Amino acid sequence: MDALTLARVQFAVTAGFHYLFPPISIGLGWLLVIAEWFAWKRQDAAYEAVGKLFGKLFAVTFAVGVATGIVMEFQFGTNWSAYSRFVGDVFGAPLAAEGLFAFFLESTFLGVYLWGRGRVSRRLHWFSALMVAVGATLSALWIIIANSWQQTPAGYVVRNGRAELTDFWAAALNPSTLPRYAHTVIAALVVGAFIMAGVSAWHLLRDPRAPFARKALKLAVAWGLVVSCLEAMPSGHLHAQQVARTQPEKFAAIEGLYTSQSGAPLVLFAVPFSDPPTLRAKVEIPGLLSWMAFGDASAHVQGIDQFAPENRPPLWLTFVSFHNMVALGGWFIALMAWAAWQLYRGKLFEDRRTLRLLLWSMPLPLAACELGWVAAEVGRQPWIVYGLLRTGQAHSPAVSAAEIAFSLGLFGLVYLGLFALWLTLMIRKARIAPAVDVEPAARAAA
Amino acid sequence: MALDTIWFALVAVLFAGYAVLDGFDLGVGVLSLLARDEGERRVHLQAIGPFWDGNEVWLLTGGGALFAAFPVVYATVFSGFYLALMLVLVALIGRAVAMEFRLLGDGPAWRRGFDLAFGLGSLLPAVLFGVAVGNVLRGVPVTAEHEWAGHFLGLLNPYALLVGVLSLAMFTMHGALYLRLKTTGALEARLARWVTPLWGAFAALYAAATVATWATSPFLFRKVGDPLWLALAVVTLVALFAVPVLSRRGRAGAAFVASSVTLAGMILVTAVSAFPVIVPSSLDLANSLTAYNASSSPRALGAMLVIAALGVPLVLAYSIFVYRLFRGKVVAAPALVQASSGQREPHDGTHSY
Repeated sequence: MDALTLARVQFAVTAGFHYLFPPISIGLGWLLVIAEWFAWKRQDAAYEAVGKLFGKLFAVTFAVGVATGIVMEFQFGTNWSAYSRFVGDVFGAPLAAEGLFAFFLESTFLGVYLWGRGRVSRRLHWFSALMVAVGATLSALWIIIANSWQQTPAGYVVRNGRAELTDFWAAALNPSTLPRYAHTVIAALVVGAFIMAGVSAWHLLRDPRAPFARKALKLAVAWGLVVSCLEAMPSGHLHAQQVARTQPEKFAAIEGLYTSQSGAPLVLFAVPFSDPPTLRAKVEIPGLLSWMAFGDASAHVQGIDQFAPENRPPLWLTFVSFHNMVALGGWFIALMAWAAWQLYRGKLFEDRRTLRLLLWSMPLPLAACELGWVAAEVGRQPWIVYGLLRTGQAHSPAVSAAEIAFSLGLFGLVYLGLFALWLTLMIRKARIAPAVDVEPAARAAA
Repeated sequence: MALDTIWFALVAVLFAGYAVLDGFDLGVGVLSLLARDEGERRVHLQAIGPFWDGNEVWLLTGGGALFAAFPVVYATVFSGFYLALMLVLVALIGRAVAMEFRLLGDGPAWRRGFDLAFGLGSLLPAVLFGVAVGNVLRGVPVTAEHEWAGHFLGLLNPYALLVGVLSLAMFTMHGALYLRLKTTGALEARLARWVTPLWGAFAALYAAATVATWATSPFLFRKVGDPLWLALAVVTLVALFAVPVLSRRGRAGAAFVASSVTLAGMILVTAVSAFPVIVPSSLDLANSLTAYNASSSPRALGAMLVIAALGVPLVLAYSIFVYRLFRGKVVAAPALVQASSGQREPHDGTHSY
């Protein structure tokens, strides 16, 4: 394989791996804020136990997220130096701002949150949990700003052989930033809800009366239902409309619209083929795509035939990843709605079938995040910066294929080991039922 | 002052900040290789527990600032130091993971493996950061198009390796001074004894590296005698010689501060000496990357300056707050009890290594 292909594989591996961890941090971060609030305000020991258990899971995930995140940042310089030269003027600022405004906040207050329980005041302890969640969420903002600028560049002029910043706010709040940010962060909240629900379901399957697990499951299901619905409507819908407006070839690829038409159908299921672009075995609803994208069932939607072959994204991968993500999104709403109904009827804690479904659905929102990321980034191809710089012109001329192959192999091994360790540690920590202090005085004495 | 000059200074300050902060926790990691038993090893880990994450963020922010302010430097150096940087990253990952995972497994082999990963994962970056700096000071093969034209083995030259050993000695001494603040009893006494020899090694290597720099990169001595250069050099030297004096008098806190000033001063003196050159070219000094030809546009640098002016005071404020919060000696590690499921966990639910 040539250096370009290897560099792309390395980026996909390191980004895909890194992207397992921040959604968990963001998702669990906000649930910890809620749980610690009840623990503090209601003097509720069961909620405090929830905070202890999920705080540990947060800590493990955060450590891996930091370590793999540094790789991401350095990789722009190591593997993509031509890209870095071209975009540094615009792209570097959000990365630096992430450090200053978000990452410092998250890591500093995580220290207080984890190491300060029982040592600092309840108020400061809760405030630390809040700052951790705020930091994680702001972190995502700056990264999405940088990545969205690659999708829909704005606020720049190409001068001196590079993109130079002309308007900071136009670049930061480019047309795709806010829809993509909302969609990404809410996805992370769904991830957190399913992890909390799955872990507490496991404890309830062993002991249906475990008070901390009941509290955690109630919280996770109520929160999970709300955020799963918000993720689809309005967030997913608005994001898709934005893609239709700003990146029509990506829209055509993910939706599987290969011929331009008025009254375009929404494809629910199909098997895509690239050459020539066709869909087999398709199930579709006529006119719905036009209506959803532009609010008019007879609106004209551009198909992939409108774009020269060298400007088209890969069709199979974009279609398959996008449609599976949507299907999973539907499952999240259905499962959370059913669990909420069982909770309302007072049956959830003994309903072993639903508890098992919640347990086994735990990794699915992470899979949906990965699929959405594939659809978004592969859908941007063949551009590394949409319409400005092709991926094929962006890698480091100084780095040889052999060097990349070596480091790819090295990181492949390290990441496999890291994943196995992380998973082992998460499962072990998740299985330990935290002690629920009945006597707050006992804690003070300890 | 021009924006590119300001950013040259700010990036230098960020890297100095990183060296002072992550420097001590890397140093503690190196020292953990010499810990005598499990209890001591845990004290090493507990001493840096609440802080090391935040310290590593300085590296991330420094990298981001370099990318934003001097993208050409970022692109050229990072692609040129490809394999070396990849090794640093693997080491930093190993180190982070080892801290979280060492208590999890069963059996001494598991724990010994992670102890080694933590120690070597701290030692390797401590050396490699120095090797990287040494190579930059020595000059790297940068073409007139600002592209890299060297190879990995070229990075392993005697001068760069000397700077690598210097940075290892520096971080180890710095770590020892920090750890002494956080410990009691036999460990504290041993660390206090180690400070002087470590300082001696560091000072000797610093002197040797300065002579070697004179021979390798004479252009770095153009600024000798400038008021700013002079002021920084005097402060650095005073702090350097204060370290063993303060340490012998038992003023551990002041000795650590002096060591921090020494580290930061060394880096800033070097930056002032090199200005405006960031990466000298070994092919032709005219090809060098400078604060002027490698910087971002004035508008981007201006926007970044606003970001820094808002962000840095905030970061400093809450960092100082947290360091004060956890000041003082490490409390003895909470006793391990068998939890209901048979896993070893601290009984009180607080985070612990």
